[in-house]
Amino acid sequence: MGAVAGLFLLTGAALAADPPYGFGQPATPGEIAGANIDILPDGTGLPPGQGSVGQGAALYASTCAACHGERGEKPLDATMRLVGGAGTLATPKAVQTVGSYWPYATTLFDYIRRAMPFPAPRSLSPDQVYAVTAYVLRLNGVVPDGTVLDAASLPRVRMPNRDGFISAYKPGR
Amino acid sequence: MPDESAKWPRRGLLRGAGLALAAAPLRKALAADEPAQAPPRWMTEQGDTVADYGMPSPYERAVIRRIRDKQKMPTVISTMTPLQDLVGIITPNGLHHARCHAGVPAIDPDRHRLLVHGMVDRPMSFGMDDLTRFPSVSRLHFLECSGNSKFFKAALIKPNWTAQDTHGQVSCAEWTGVRLADVLAEAGVQKGATWMLAEGADACAMSRSIPIEKALDDAILAYAQNGERLRPENGYPLRLFLPGWEGNTSVKWLHRLKLGTQPFETRDETAKYTDLMPDGTALQFNFVMEVKSVITFPSPGKDPKQPGFHEIGGLAWSGRGRVARVEVSTDGGANWREATLQEPVLPQCLTRFRLPWDWDGGPAVLQSRATDETGDVQPTREKLLAARGPNFIYHYNAIHSWRVAPGGEVKLAV
Repeated sequence: MGAVAGLFLLTGAALAADPPYGFGQPATPGEIAGANIDILPDGTGLPPGQGSVGQGAALYASTCAACHGERGEKPLDATMRLVGGAGTLATPKAVQTVGSYWPYATTLFDYIRRAMPFPAPRSLSPDQVYAVTAYVLRLNGVVPDGTVLDAASLPRVRMPNRDGFISAYKPGR
Repeated sequence: MPDESAKWPRRGLLRGAGLALAAAPLRKALAADEPAQAPPRWMTEQGDTVADYGMPSPYERAVIRRIRDKQKMPTVISTMTPLQDLVGIITPNGLHHARCHAGVPAIDPDRHRLLVHGMVDRPMSFGMDDLTRFPSVSRLHFLECSGNSKFFKAALIKPNWTAQDTHGQVSCAEWTGVRLADVLAEAGVQKGATWMLAEGADACAMSRSIPIEKALDDAILAYAQNGERLRPENGYPLRLFLPGWEGNTSVKWLHRLKLGTQPFETRDETAKYTDLMPDGTALQFNFVMEVKSVITFPSPGKDPKQPGFHEIGGLAWSGRGRVARVEVSTDGGANWREATLQEPVLPQCLTRFRLPWDWDGGPAVLQSRATDETGDVQPTREKLLAARGPNFIYHYNAIHSWRVAPGGEVKLAV
């Protein structure tokens, strides 16, 4: 009797852990590696590589400036502005840019890598993404000249508006 | 209020009878020497064949989606549904509003996969054939962009805006798919997973973090709208659908779900889709689209042609549940009457309301004020602006006003 109950419990436990329908296929390591591009604020997900403010300046001029403006302040469209707006968030004419508004530098790397440059997303190498990230942060005065960013240093960059966000999400409401 | 509506058929009948009596002699006199009218052309020749996929009559050519604010980048798209031209609660698929951040991707459904990974027991990959095998679910829900009617700044408002311009980023469809909870169970969500990244397969890999509670509650992986596969601009072949939440979170062209222990802090939940408050702080993860309504007749371009009976009609909705009631004012909010809600009244779904109106031909300001089943009431514009300050963009749900001029012309009133 005890043995039967034990067998039943084992089977029950095994069933609970099994997929209910058995649909789909196990994801392959290559499939995950190719798609797993998100970066957390602590730097989880950042790839190997590095890029400097200087390298970023050259790349920005050739790849980004046409839309975002030479120094990121005079873009084609106001929503594309990258630079400026410090101290304006609590004024009637807030200017929300990477420097004035974005809470995490890692988000800048993440977004450039997944979505930029606009005509050719996913075309930049990790080194190039680090470099453009460094240059946009430099334009905003967040990092000094000569900064080199990599997986260790990027998460340590503290954005001016780091503490400016409050979560409105309340479970169940 | 029921008394008021009950009066209408009787009064309408009397008025109609009076009109018929007055007009009868004139029509009779005309008829005496009028030759028999020729039948219209379409009764004298064979009609057209039937198209493989039908389109509206060419006479309905003006009923189209429109873009209010043209963007510099042609693939940054924000189209609006012509609410003032539609009846009922379902938005035809070709008129469903669409917000695209990097154009509409041309996805081959046979090559499309959904990856589920992160904090799961078994990282899984699903093809469309795998996903459609799960038990299906079908629900009628509105979908509203959180930027719908973003006209806080009076300077941005143009007086010729129609209901399409002011409220056209809400649409409603029957969404068919499978429960996200069923698909997540296949991968086995691990204890401690609290957030889920949802990522699209468009050219910006648009991504949002979704709390696990919502993912396991009423979230749908939708592959169809209004009986046919999703339209490309609305996520073909697969989209996330989160009832009642800001449209951006219902990630289109869904190709990846990743479970984790914190929000992923993507660009579209930090730089965008956050609400800057007067004190300079910003609300993040402000997901629910709150109670809202708009009158679609009369509205700009849909003027009452002459005094007398008109039926004021419009749409109401709430991300928190069912619409409980809609009140309508014709005098700018001084007096309110309760409108009739047209069945069905469903949770997180467009609900149509109607109210008979005897227009005296004079100036009027038409407003609607919706209340949902949780007791939330639409605020006035003044109250909303005072609370949220000058920089708020998203989640505008104030009482909306149309001004009717003595000739019948209807314009946006702010």
